Amino acid sequence: MDIHEYQAKEILAKFGVPIPKGGLAYSPEQAAYRAREIGGSVWVVKAQVHTGGRGKAGGVKVCKSEHDVEEAAEKMLGRKLVTHQSGPAGKMVNRLYVEGGVNIAKELYLGFVLDRAEQRVIVIGSTEGGMDIEEVAENHPDSIVKISVEPAVGMQAFQARELAFKLGLPGSAVADATRVILGAYRAFRDKDGVMLEINPLVFTGEGNLIALDAKMSFDDNAMFRHPDISELRDKSQEDPRETQAADRGLSYVGLDGDVGCIVNGAGLAMATMDMILLEGGAPANFLDIGGGATPERVAKAFRLVTQDKNVKAILVNIFAGINRCDWVAQGVVKAVEISGLELPLVVRLAGTNVEEGRKIINESGINVISATTLAEAARLSVQAAKTGSAKAA
Amino acid sequence: MSVLVNKNSKIIVQGITGKIGSFHAEDMIRYGSPVVGGVTPGKGGTEIHGKPVFNTVKEAVEKTGADVSIVFVPPPFAADSIMEAADAGIKVAVCITDGIPTQDMMRVKRYMKRYKADKRMRLLGPNCAGIITPGEALVGIMPGHIYLPGRIGIVGRSGTLGYEAASQLKDLGIGVSTSVGIGGDPINGCSHRDILELFENDPDTDAVIMIGEIGGPQEAEAGAFARDHMTKPVCAYIAGLSAPKGRKMGHAGAIVSAFGESAAEKVEILKGCGVTIVPTPAEFGSTVQKMLASMKVAAE
Repeated sequence: MDIHEYQAKEILAKFGVPIPKGGLAYSPEQAAYRAREIGGSVWVVKAQVHTGGRGKAGGVKVCKSEHDVEEAAEKMLGRKLVTHQSGPAGKMVNRLYVEGGVNIAKELYLGFVLDRAEQRVIVIGSTEGGMDIEEVAENHPDSIVKISVEPAVGMQAFQARELAFKLGLPGSAVADATRVILGAYRAFRDKDGVMLEINPLVFTGEGNLIALDAKMSFDDNAMFRHPDISELRDKSQEDPRETQAADRGLSYVGLDGDVGCIVNGAGLAMATMDMILLEGGAPANFLDIGGGATPERVAKAFRLVTQDKNVKAILVNIFAGINRCDWVAQGVVKAVEISGLELPLVVRLAGTNVEEGRKIINESGINVISATTLAEAARLSVQAAKTGSAKAA
Repeated sequence: MSVLVNKNSKIIVQGITGKIGSFHAEDMIRYGSPVVGGVTPGKGGTEIHGKPVFNTVKEAVEKTGADVSIVFVPPPFAADSIMEAADAGIKVAVCITDGIPTQDMMRVKRYMKRYKADKRMRLLGPNCAGIITPGEALVGIMPGHIYLPGRIGIVGRSGTLGYEAASQLKDLGIGVSTSVGIGGDPINGCSHRDILELFENDPDTDAVIMIGEIGGPQEAEAGAFARDHMTKPVCAYIAGLSAPKGRKMGHAGAIVSAFGESAAEKVEILKGCGVTIVPTPAEFGSTVQKMLASMKVAAE
């Protein structure tokens, strides 16, 4: 789960990481009010969206007067911000964060990730703050410092100190830096982060460290023990289809193709999409209805897939292990009857009680193309999507 | 012989009185798996499906000699249950639970390392379908009837895609020595490589199917192992050719976030290691058939 910059900063501040003075605004007037409240003569207006690359896309504006702040806010609010990371649809800007200017002497990078190969938390630092870490890795690989955290004891002060020295901070700032780095680590660990990026972490002209931008995402599986983080979820930043699916306990990823997929199991769902691609078609979605695919879940899955107007044919591929094909078949029949489905439907059932399942489908009178193998199912659904679209044209 | 579990295993079910644990325990017993009991804290002294229930894994091990455990404990408590099994001297633990926090799994992996290599428990999963040695022991949630006993080893992240492979083999009359699920989580127990090593050393396995997917470094690592240390042929399929970068495809670990983690890149790496690529998920059976035929030719 992702959260907004201002929310990440609030969390960091609670763990002792200094952040600039700032305030949230939902309107241009409020933005100007925030600027007045913060004081000073330079402000930064920042669009709060769940994507990176805001600066280059016009989502961050430095302003020299309250009037400028109001104008910048006017331009950002209620519009979709399209960045190189957001995808072509962009992200809606509903909230702004107004911050006081900071006297930047040095821009550093500080990041925390869960490393799969090492199976540990890895802390990443770089002297080249302010740009994408991928870019830094490519152009300035020597500037990157990595520290591996032993899970049994957590990050130690000497590790933070070592990082601070390697980031080129003066001796007088190292004690402070150690506190900041360890604070950020604790925020990441205690709140079950999967990624925390402070980029840039600024060393100011006054000799202080301050988190100028912050991005944080969390382990969905750990949200049961962090109701405070769960609350920060902003559904306006998610694909509404995926939000709906998640709320119904289904795992869905929207894609651009025209063959809607309803499959049980993540691996088989990916393989089904691959097979569609290999047969010359394009999958409209990834959808895993889970191991225990009850008739109700199948019906929900149908509603979800048919909401996508690009879908020209639907492929149901169920390999019943925990569940039984006859249950799935009942769900398919019920869903087709209720929704009055007009799209071509290909159903492939395999596994437990497959004969009973096929019988239910065949005797139901619903219009279904039956397939016995994965290859056949993919071929038939791709064909159906193509001829279906030909008819429509 | 097979790997990890067989008819001489002594299996306990952690969470045996829960709805899911009870359902699958019954299924495993029906298949003929040597289940000797279960664990649910607070239900010790009772019985379920004719098997004794214990309060702790340690007690279950003392009373039954259990060496294999299957974990059906809900996500908030699953990591604790795995560590309990490791501490009680269980040799092989299979964790079915989906949704364990990643940082919990990091602690579990660290905890397991406190035991010397020869005393260390092997963990399969979490978020896997389990292990089956056909005709001997089913320690998981798979439909047993789609597996013929035989000499092909299967290792895979996904449950249902593994079923797909096994049933394609069955349709061609090809059997399985053991099928091992390693699960779809980013931090898991045994890796593809670990299981390839077991199959290489198993006299009753002739060839191996590896079913991988996008995300993580484990398939590439397994490819290097096959190249450097294996005499038996390996074929592999990587799911997620059509998956966009940076999106999580159902499994918590199925996400392309670094170089070498996409399906196309993994396929290239595996090819470079001499692993036979299963060209489509509809060709597990035919690929193995061809592989066996060329082994026969080579032997003659």
